[in-house]
Amino acid sequence: MMRFIEGSLAVSDAVRMCRPDVVSAYPITPQTHIVESLAEMVANCTLDAEYITVESEFSALSACLGAVAAGSRAYSATSSQGLALMFEVCFNLAGMRLPMVMTIANRAISAPLSIWNDQQDSISLRDSGWLQFYAEDNQEAADLHYLAYKVAEDQKILLPAMVCFDGFILSHTYEPVDMPTQEEVDAYLPKFNPCQRLDAKDPISFGMFAFPEYYMEFRYAIDQALQQSREKIREAGKEFKEKFGRDYSALVEGYRLEDAETVLVAMGSLCGTAKDAIDEMRGAGRKVGLLKIRTYRPFPGEEVAAALKGAKRVAVLDKNISLGSKGAVGLEVKDVLYGSGIPVLDYIVGLGGRDMRKRDIERIVTLAEKGEGDLFYGLREEVA
Amino acid sequence: MVDKTLELFDCGHRACGGCGPALAARLIMKAAGTDTIVVSATGCMEVFSTPYPETAWKVPWIHSLFENAAAVASGVEAALKKQGRSEKVVVIGGDGATFDIGMLCISGAFERGHDFTYICYDNEAYMNTGIQRSGATPLDAHTTTSPAGKCSTGNRRPKKDMPAILAAHGAPYVATTSIAYPNDLMQKVERAIETKGPCYVQIHAPCPTGWGYEGDRTMVMGKLAVETGLFVLFEQTDGTVTRVKKVMRKPVEEYLKGQKRFAHLFKPTRNEAEIARIQATADRNAEKFGIDIKLKKPVEKPEG
Repeated sequence: MMRFIEGSLAVSDAVRMCRPDVVSAYPITPQTHIVESLAEMVANCTLDAEYITVESEFSALSACLGAVAAGSRAYSATSSQGLALMFEVCFNLAGMRLPMVMTIANRAISAPLSIWNDQQDSISLRDSGWLQFYAEDNQEAADLHYLAYKVAEDQKILLPAMVCFDGFILSHTYEPVDMPTQEEVDAYLPKFNPCQRLDAKDPISFGMFAFPEYYMEFRYAIDQALQQSREKIREAGKEFKEKFGRDYSALVEGYRLEDAETVLVAMGSLCGTAKDAIDEMRGAGRKVGLLKIRTYRPFPGEEVAAALKGAKRVAVLDKNISLGSKGAVGLEVKDVLYGSGIPVLDYIVGLGGRDMRKRDIERIVTLAEKGEGDLFYGLREEVA
Repeated sequence: MVDKTLELFDCGHRACGGCGPALAARLIMKAAGTDTIVVSATGCMEVFSTPYPETAWKVPWIHSLFENAAAVASGVEAALKKQGRSEKVVVIGGDGATFDIGMLCISGAFERGHDFTYICYDNEAYMNTGIQRSGATPLDAHTTTSPAGKCSTGNRRPKKDMPAILAAHGAPYVATTSIAYPNDLMQKVERAIETKGPCYVQIHAPCPTGWGYEGDRTMVMGKLAVETGLFVLFEQTDGTVTRVKKVMRKPVEEYLKGQKRFAHLFKPTRNEAEIARIQATADRNAEKFGIDIKLKKPVEKPEG
């Protein structure tokens, strides 16, 4: 059913229909509307879950870890500093092969303190072993939760997943979102049935320590699972299309790539703005397209390479910066296109909520056409 | 009634000879029984009991991180509740994990009132990393980060009062015990597990490696700590102290001089002032908890 709904509430309703057994979260802007909404559902018995109100994000994710190990489906949501505080637990969950889903309402990281959007928080966890999905709009944000649980809990994958959507830009924005029924979600997402759990009838030890003779193999196994999860995502996306009509069978999405000479690469809500800007530029005869990366971990290298192979130049819009190096997405696109001769220009944009409009996209395309890249875009005059 | 003949913490683990915490684990599990899920914090016990692919635990066991055992246990307990399962959740952490780094998670879990038992095996320093001081290290103990030296008498601060802190959270049951009193230990662990809500048991667990004594003297050390009044065994129900182990108190020196961590108080010269400070700690404990056995009649020395 199509509903005109705030992004956070579309997400919380999607989460409700995923039937989490245990929800644990700590309030942080701009994630709050999600967890408030879930608390209300539990209070009104529309969600049958244990809601653990913790004293920190660190405990929130730790409680989820315990719940998943005990065989329950767990959910959390956070942003920015909260995710930074969860850093240690994030690596631990993936290492212990405990699947869950966490929504990230993307927000800049302090200092300076900022409550506004960029993607530095989740990008900084890219090496933790979690799957990472980035939503362009609130429809995708909601839908990706059903898909994320399905892939994360697959017996061959067993890894946690982050569904990232831009704080405020999406989380606090009303959009029409097609919400499925509970029956439809149940038909898509099976009950969580892990092959191992904490159970007195069948005791096992979780989280043992490994000597150098074993450690590498554990890390290899996680990487293998992430590599193989590409196919699971495609399968889950295909089934999603059959059941709900929206297509997530590819890890990336191309927009007007046919004869594009300049291809923009972006993740998240920026893609919507870029699409509008591209329509205008196309109208003016400029051959511009967009490659949206929806799945950032595992990184869809082959799909990115295939989509970009006809481009004359690639302009990557990074809402993050690996300080002392470059934008994280830009680096990976360069890696994928190494040897192709296609120039990849990286633009650090929109940090800490700096607005990105259609005219900014157009200016970046112009810069790319002139070969000017690898820069912070739109700095104040006194700095630039 | 739990079958105490079962060994649910198995032999063959890699603890040092005479390890107090290993004995604590064995006794805890005898008291807890098979219907238990154990959540361990990082530390000696976790490391010596679960080097992959071996495990000493015959009950479901989980270790996540150093500081989050109480939070993990919160999640386990919530999941069991949701699933309608009956296993009891027991957390085991060392004094570093409990007094210091895990304090936030413990405080949160106790305030929320989860039904679980938190057990701290207290060997009074970070032994796993090489004997560094913790909030549980007693006054004047030499550790690698509170070394005795020309201008230091060892650890500058007295032991943090964790039982009082957790009692202040409204814990329905708080107790201290020692590996040197196995029946007392098992009884208290059993009572904590039976009591609904977040309960705390602190087990004094001497460490031959960290304290500097021969491994065959662990029980002696545990007993002396209690008999000198430096570690009081008590039980507190709903905020009221209901039971205290009474002793014929010995001077603290008898406990101190058998351990290398206090050797600097005796050599090269006796440090009377510091020994007196430690004695004063024991005296205060004795007064606070009333541990001294008061004989009705003074013992008369036979004449001649």
